[in-house]
Amino acid sequence: MRKAIVSAVAVALAMSTAVRAETLRIEGSTTVGPIADAFAEYFKGVYPNLEITVNKNGSGNGATALIEGRCDIAAMSRFMEPQEFSKAVANKVYPVAWTIAMDGVCVVVHPSNPVKTLTSAQVREIYMGKITNWSQVGGSQTPIVVISRDSSSGTYETFETLIMKKQPMAQGVEYVNANPQAQARVRTTPGAIGYVGLGFLEGVKAVPIDGIAPTRQTVANGTYPLSRPLFLFTNGFPKLGSIPFKFVTFYLTEKGQDLIEAKDFVPMTNY
Amino acid sequence: MNDSNAAFTLAPAADSPRPLALTPGQDLRGYLSALLGRAVLFFITFSSVLAVLLILVFVVIRSVGFLSGSSIVEFLASQNWRPTAEPPVFGALAIIVGSLYVSFAALVFAVPLGILAAVFLSDIVSWKVRNVVKPIVEILAAIPSVAYGFFAVLVLAPWLQKQFGFSTGTNALNASLILAIMALPTIISVAEDSISALGRELREASYSCGATRLETIVRVVIPAAHSGIIAAVVLGMMRAIGETMVVWMASGNAPQIPHPWWDLAQSVRTLTATIAGEMGEAPETSLHRGALFAMGVLLLLMTLGMNLVSEYFLARAKKAGGRT
Repeated sequence: MRKAIVSAVAVALAMSTAVRAETLRIEGSTTVGPIADAFAEYFKGVYPNLEITVNKNGSGNGATALIEGRCDIAAMSRFMEPQEFSKAVANKVYPVAWTIAMDGVCVVVHPSNPVKTLTSAQVREIYMGKITNWSQVGGSQTPIVVISRDSSSGTYETFETLIMKKQPMAQGVEYVNANPQAQARVRTTPGAIGYVGLGFLEGVKAVPIDGIAPTRQTVANGTYPLSRPLFLFTNGFPKLGSIPFKFVTFYLTEKGQDLIEAKDFVPMTNY
Repeated sequence: MNDSNAAFTLAPAADSPRPLALTPGQDLRGYLSALLGRAVLFFITFSSVLAVLLILVFVVIRSVGFLSGSSIVEFLASQNWRPTAEPPVFGALAIIVGSLYVSFAALVFAVPLGILAAVFLSDIVSWKVRNVVKPIVEILAAIPSVAYGFFAVLVLAPWLQKQFGFSTGTNALNASLILAIMALPTIISVAEDSISALGRELREASYSCGATRLETIVRVVIPAAHSGIIAAVVLGMMRAIGETMVVWMASGNAPQIPHPWWDLAQSVRTLTATIAGEMGEAPETSLHRGALFAMGVLLLLMTLGMNLVSEYFLARAKKAGGRT
């Protein structure tokens, strides 16, 4: 009887290890999220035993999760901060960056807005509250409704670094918590200005910044003032051929580039 | 006849599943199992109390670093909220005011509507209709707040812009309207309970003195049920002040005090929205995170105070209900 139980337990254990799926936990940027989702979807099809979770809660959370060992890959729309790096090293985590795609943060206005182009200085002054009416930048006599992403989004961080140059935004600036919401607010508000990712331009008008319009090309080669690379971070260099390695190098494959383009980001190619 | 007699005769002791006399072992076992049951139930009940205490302690501990600094005056008195600037400024006054602002504005919309609806359900409409309508009103409370938020952004905001010519539709008015809708089921339900608990005698006494239905409702029923109604309002306010997703989506989140103060068309920001929106990016041990936890303490104190007030009035309402 006891023998039977022991062997039953052994069989159960063996089965559970055989069936137990390999897991891959990804956490971080809401901007990188769609790419991570698309990659994860593809990987699930290729490796049916693989369990992938993609958590989209901001680059900062992704970095923290990687540092604390709560995820295998951190998706980030900015590079890791020095403090995060030193904290990681103190935790015996060695972040390795993988640049998988380029993203353009587009300054957008309502389609009816006659303004043709803005300089980055003008955009900065609008967000600082120094320019409050569209007539001050060659538009109609309309008060500007300034819409920003929340300060925990990578998009905000990129905008703040590239446009605001650490100048504080005005008190009257409105904050929304997602790209589609920023897009919806600008689409329905005639006086609005906002900024969104390249994939959220439907129904709104992207304004050229410093004379350069946001397109695939200007974003890929970095001439558009608001273009930025998107990263995946792993703890150390993943073992060659392992699932995490395949995941972070997937952007090099044709399928990976297709998926990136399908999500309206720009692949890391320059030819 | 025989059957009904049989029902009154006691069953013979032998049929009883329990023996009349217990052996000492059985007695002890019974005593111990009763004790164990008590202990388990006490532990289960106590764990929820413990959870509340631990949350309070945790939030206070995390905010101590910030509150013990010299910045507490700035926190309560300054309107500048620039947590990521160099050097950072943590003035939460505009945000505290924003929280109270949208909550009170929501009450301005919700309280008259809620009390009228409660009176209607308890005193005017038939019992049958009330039994259908009240559960439906309570379903309003079950709609996820993010669904309300989407409605606020995609429907209400453009409508407000078009209808009233506001430059922005996500503003204090939008947030308070949605919060009012969300507070209504609480207010209606609790107020209706206390109004209908008053009983028939009070109303009939009023009618017998020659009062009309309107006079009875306004002069007798509502004053007599005022404890329950106040409790309902406070509970509704707690719902409004603690709500996060809706205000995060509908209020515009601009950290400013409307100027002039009655201008509901301006964007405001609440404590809950600030915590939800910024916690993700605030580094672990930074002052910024401490400031967010200090906001959490403030919110806890506010809801705790309101909870005590509503408990007080609910207890009074219960007493008043028992007297009639």
